[in-house]
Amino acid sequence: MSWPSACRSGAGRPEREYEKVAAPKKGRSASAQSKPGRSLVLILIAIAALTGGMFASGHPTPRLGIDLAGGTSITLTAINEPGQPNAINKTNMDTAVDIMNRRVNGLGVSEAEVQTQGDRNIIVNIPRGMNSKEAREQVGTTAKLYFRPVLQREESGAATPANPSAGGSAKPSASSSAKAGGTGKQTSGSTATPTASATTQGRPVTDALKAGSPTPSATGSATPSATGSASAKASASPSPSASGGSGDAGKIQAQYAALDCSKPEQRATAGKGAKPGETTVACGKDGNVWNKFILGPVAVDGTEVKKAQAVFDTQGAAGWQVQMTFDSSGSKKFADVTSRLSKNNSPQNEFAIVLDDEVVSHPYVRTAITGGNAEISGSFTQTEAQSLSNMLSYGALPLTFKESSVTTVTAALGGEQLQAGLIAGAIGLALVVIYLVAYYRGLSLVAVASLLVSATLTYVIMALLGPTIHFALNLPAVCGAIVAIGITADSFIVFFERIRDEIREGRSLRPAVERAWPRARRTILVSDFVSFLAAAVLFIVTVGKVQGFAFTLGLTTVLDVVVVFLFTKPLMTILARRTFFASGHSWSGLDPKRLGAKPPLRRTRRPSAPVDPKEA
Amino acid sequence: MSKLGNLGARLHRGEVGYDFVGNRKIWYGISILITIAAILGLTVRGLNMGIEFQGGAIFTTPKTSVSVAQAETYAQDASGHAAVVQKLGTGGLRIQVAGIDTGKSDQIKDTLAKDLNVGSEQINADLVGPSWGEQIASKAWQGLAIFMVLVVIYLAIAFEWRMALAALVALIHDITITTGIYALVGFEVTPGTVIGLLTILGYSLYDTVVVFDSLKEQTKDITKQTRWTYSDIANRSINGTLVRSINTTVVALLPVAGLLFIGGGFLGAGTLNDISLSLFVGLAAGAYSSIFIATPLVADLKEREPQMKALRKRVLAKRAQAATQEDLAETRTTDEPEDATPAVVGQRNQPASRGRGRGRPSGKRR
Repeated sequence: MSWPSACRSGAGRPEREYEKVAAPKKGRSASAQSKPGRSLVLILIAIAALTGGMFASGHPTPRLGIDLAGGTSITLTAINEPGQPNAINKTNMDTAVDIMNRRVNGLGVSEAEVQTQGDRNIIVNIPRGMNSKEAREQVGTTAKLYFRPVLQREESGAATPANPSAGGSAKPSASSSAKAGGTGKQTSGSTATPTASATTQGRPVTDALKAGSPTPSATGSATPSATGSASAKASASPSPSASGGSGDAGKIQAQYAALDCSKPEQRATAGKGAKPGETTVACGKDGNVWNKFILGPVAVDGTEVKKAQAVFDTQGAAGWQVQMTFDSSGSKKFADVTSRLSKNNSPQNEFAIVLDDEVVSHPYVRTAITGGNAEISGSFTQTEAQSLSNMLSYGALPLTFKESSVTTVTAALGGEQLQAGLIAGAIGLALVVIYLVAYYRGLSLVAVASLLVSATLTYVIMALLGPTIHFALNLPAVCGAIVAIGITADSFIVFFERIRDEIREGRSLRPAVERAWPRARRTILVSDFVSFLAAAVLFIVTVGKVQGFAFTLGLTTVLDVVVVFLFTKPLMTILARRTFFASGHSWSGLDPKRLGAKPPLRRTRRPSAPVDPKEA
Repeated sequence: MSKLGNLGARLHRGEVGYDFVGNRKIWYGISILITIAAILGLTVRGLNMGIEFQGGAIFTTPKTSVSVAQAETYAQDASGHAAVVQKLGTGGLRIQVAGIDTGKSDQIKDTLAKDLNVGSEQINADLVGPSWGEQIASKAWQGLAIFMVLVVIYLAIAFEWRMALAALVALIHDITITTGIYALVGFEVTPGTVIGLLTILGYSLYDTVVVFDSLKEQTKDITKQTRWTYSDIANRSINGTLVRSINTTVVALLPVAGLLFIGGGFLGAGTLNDISLSLFVGLAAGAYSSIFIATPLVADLKEREPQMKALRKRVLAKRAQAATQEDLAETRTTDEPEDATPAVVGQRNQPASRGRGRGRPSGKRR
């Protein structure tokens, strides 16, 4: 025990020496040293406030990602369409997210979230308990919507082409104003049989579209009911019907002849990749019968539908119908095509609403519709009408997407993974603490306390980021947090080693801490900056799981700096005043003897021999 | 602790120390050998790319009594493609089927559920389109490139271009070795592996930066003295931060080891395992390269500077002079080495005879 006393007797000298050494920046050092309590109080208040905020927000735990909570996560990647190299941009992606969001949440999956990721990915997260299959279909199939004129149509797989809309051709005479009637099919393939109704005929409505549901049982009289509303200017601008596509008509005809829409594999490939300007073949379902079509070039793009909604026609007893409004260019194009089509006979007076290369509806046109407003009526059920209007308004995605990855995690596996992550974290933390205690002894108190503060802050901030920026803790993020234990602990190691170096130089603890700090601080900042840079670049550039990892890593790196500056250093300063540490107790981890410090006697020389080699 | 603590103290004072810079050629050689092996492994064997990079599906089932071989048959019947089945620590099965379409997976899942006699909703499915992995990988490369450029710029500003260059070499070295080990051992490469690999970037540099920081500090006024060459001081920097490097690596590896243990032992396979495995390999390579490659490389580059060449000449001249003096008068004043001790902390705080044994060879070799 002679050593500590020796140390104590020399305690006055290092102080003076310290003053001398630190003289140039005395002001800063003094203030930093004199108010360590202030930083501690500051960070404790911050923790308390954040924790309070966490409980006040009602989210005391971090939001869990799909892989930990269970559910389905779909990654959709936009693919470049030929001829539209610049279609994938932020505006289009945002529109797509918006559309998808409304669609999934329209299904009642209110918890589902849709986000962009990277420059061309959209992540759709559907929590467990929701009908992920339906949502996946809704989201996944939401692609391109086109209006194409029908050139040819027949029941596919059946011997005789049925043309149940024969009655439609009789209608125009019934009304002074122009009328459009149409046969069509309903998207969901309902069993509803069309109700023949005469009431519509007498109504002084003008332009209308009709979507019948000509089930096979329906005879020619089964024309759909109801007509539309709105302005009718009979702008007869005759344009040749069945235009376009005549060039490769032979090829299309051959495709058409070979096409059997009752076979799923043929349906899947029919008309795939057709360019908007080309004639193509397509399949569509009416009731439970598949029709095949030859369709002309795109007349109106789905993006030109401004609005579509399902309404219940209370006056005309037409039941559910779909009203749509086109934007200005859409109105014009629609007027052109309807005026053209209205002159033709069935089925060439029909246009097909093509969603994802599948005909979802093919109403016939009775007259040119020029006002930009149109109505599709038939014997829709409410669901069918809403589904069609949904497709019309939201189906018009500006981009084509494909499923890049679909992950379904059961709640059981999610729980297991969460548990495994937590156990791994606990083991990692325990190992680090054991190592620190073994190596740094008393000093490890500071390290462990700092680690705990860091962990608390990380947890609270993660919990708070859940409701605010939709941060969800997923497995890679847990992994990042565990890896960050090492980075955080390293800052303490840098600091401690510096202090020990100073003690080895023969300084007593308090000046050693103050001298070690500026140098350790620089090292910590430089290295944390590199680490943060890595995390930031990863977060911005990468996609998928990598991002969650990068986020946690970046967050913990920032918190590391905060904790070291506001907690570890002040705590160290305060502890340096305690006899246990200052006297270099053998369990303090700062025992000069164990550290192999120079005997105090030699310290007289030390000031003239600082670290710089130049003076050596 | 006391032993380690003493070692730290002796390293700090330079009583013990390994001549990293002097022996650099050995380590360069070893690294070149490893790198060649890694590149050979990469070109000859190639990486074992996981299902995420080919497109396909991974189904994870709950505990089931169906045997692995049986499950493989089921999966092949259901999908029409070859399937790989692993037994997991939980008693469940992990079934990988490559080359199937994301659209077909639901059907396969249902068939599998029936065959394995578990509920369809209990099966986890991870379906990946063929280009998703590519996208992750290409993004990762992009990130890597951007990061390297930024970090070189940053290090060039914060330190100097030589250090930036050396750090970059060390970084490429780490990544090559890690991917090489993956190729040679045949570990599966998944997005998790990529994450791990990218983390190594930060970590490997982190370690290097700490050594460089100390090096920069110690060489601040190097031209104003004639006792030490740049290499000597570089060597001292490494030795001085050796304890920290070891501690950092141990502390970083411990949680990763925990992850690896849990990921491998408890869950069998998956993201945790993939990340921690590549981290483990990469961290080890990173610690090695910052000590044995990066700093010696900086010393090498620095020694080519005219200033440093001049310094080296002066130092050598002085040492030669000292040596002759020493021969003439063996009895040196005890004062001198004592004085040198605290500051120099290099290879020689012992009387010159010892210092000659340790410090000199590194100088002579050049």
